[in-house]
Amino acid sequence: MEETNESPFMKYLRKDRLPNIFCAGCGNGTVLNTFFKGMEMAEMDLNNINMASGIGCSSRIPGYVKCDSLHTTHGRPISFATGLKLGNPNMDVVVFTGDGDAAAIGGNHLIHAARRNIDLTVICINNNIYGMTGGQISPTSPQGSYGSTAPYGTFEKPFDLVELVSGAGATYVARWTTVHPLQLANAIKKALKHKGFSFIEAVSQCHTYYGRKNKMKSPLDMLKWMEDNSINKRKADKMDPEELAGKLIVGEFVNKNQAEYSQELYNLIEEKSGNRSKSIKSAYMGD
Amino acid sequence: MIKLDPNLCKGCNICMEFCPKQVYEQSKTLDRKGVHIPIPKNQDKCSKCDLCALMCPDQAIKVEEDDEQ
Repeated sequence: MEETNESPFMKYLRKDRLPNIFCAGCGNGTVLNTFFKGMEMAEMDLNNINMASGIGCSSRIPGYVKCDSLHTTHGRPISFATGLKLGNPNMDVVVFTGDGDAAAIGGNHLIHAARRNIDLTVICINNNIYGMTGGQISPTSPQGSYGSTAPYGTFEKPFDLVELVSGAGATYVARWTTVHPLQLANAIKKALKHKGFSFIEAVSQCHTYYGRKNKMKSPLDMLKWMEDNSINKRKADKMDPEELAGKLIVGEFVNKNQAEYSQELYNLIEEKSGNRSKSIKSAYMGD
Repeated sequence: MIKLDPNLCKGCNICMEFCPKQVYEQSKTLDRKGVHIPIPKNQDKCSKCDLCALMCPDQAIKVEEDDEQ
């Protein structure tokens, strides 16, 4: 009999590593819950899921999950995940990445994976700041926000990751925040089922650095800020760009079907050199 | 029935704030980590929406369906 007072998601977690390393109220744990919820809704098998992550707070997530995982070099989880997917195209590869990992150092890998439309699910936990290293301004910090490298407020224009990835050719793109856990779970479900590059931006709270530097010290203040500033895409489409300044547009942005890279590659191999080798899983699955 | 694991809870109070039925109340005493952890006090009000379990960043909450009589 399993213990009765455990969270329903505890069966997917490595219990010996809990409680997790995240600050009290960090959004990473919420995104992890929504991932499990989405996985349950999509009826995926955790044994067939492989997680890859780079460096950052959010990239510690795969370490807590009872599945095969790769904790890779900074900014390169998508490259490692591409290798995994091409090595075994039957595997569902999920990449947990942060804004610094995906947009700053790994920006090139992100846009090229989107261009190729390879079947990965990339969940980018965007907390608007470099939380692990001490609150430096990241490429997604909103204009006018403060950080330890911007004591007078940053004047740079931030990346809109959703627009960037849609422009690069991703076939499923959505953005939700941690105050929309059910919608986020639903988006993760769709992304896991989607054949092609799916990108989900989960806007999350980093009250320890972003909040503290921007007068939102507690996680509740930050969640309130996200709740007040998020506008659904359907509503935002009818509004002027001036009205939308400083707002978070949430919703599903792209959902289309296109030829998928690993499928195309294996079709080409089959066409040019006959049947595919069946040796992929033979090394560890027996026969 | 709501069960909260005091060993995993870090006292961020997200469950208390986002509960639509105000089931949770803050404890008056500090626990051994030095935080006021929430207590699911008004359990009879709970509508089993499971939002607290989904939002809890530390996987500390379980919402159970009540047994029929």
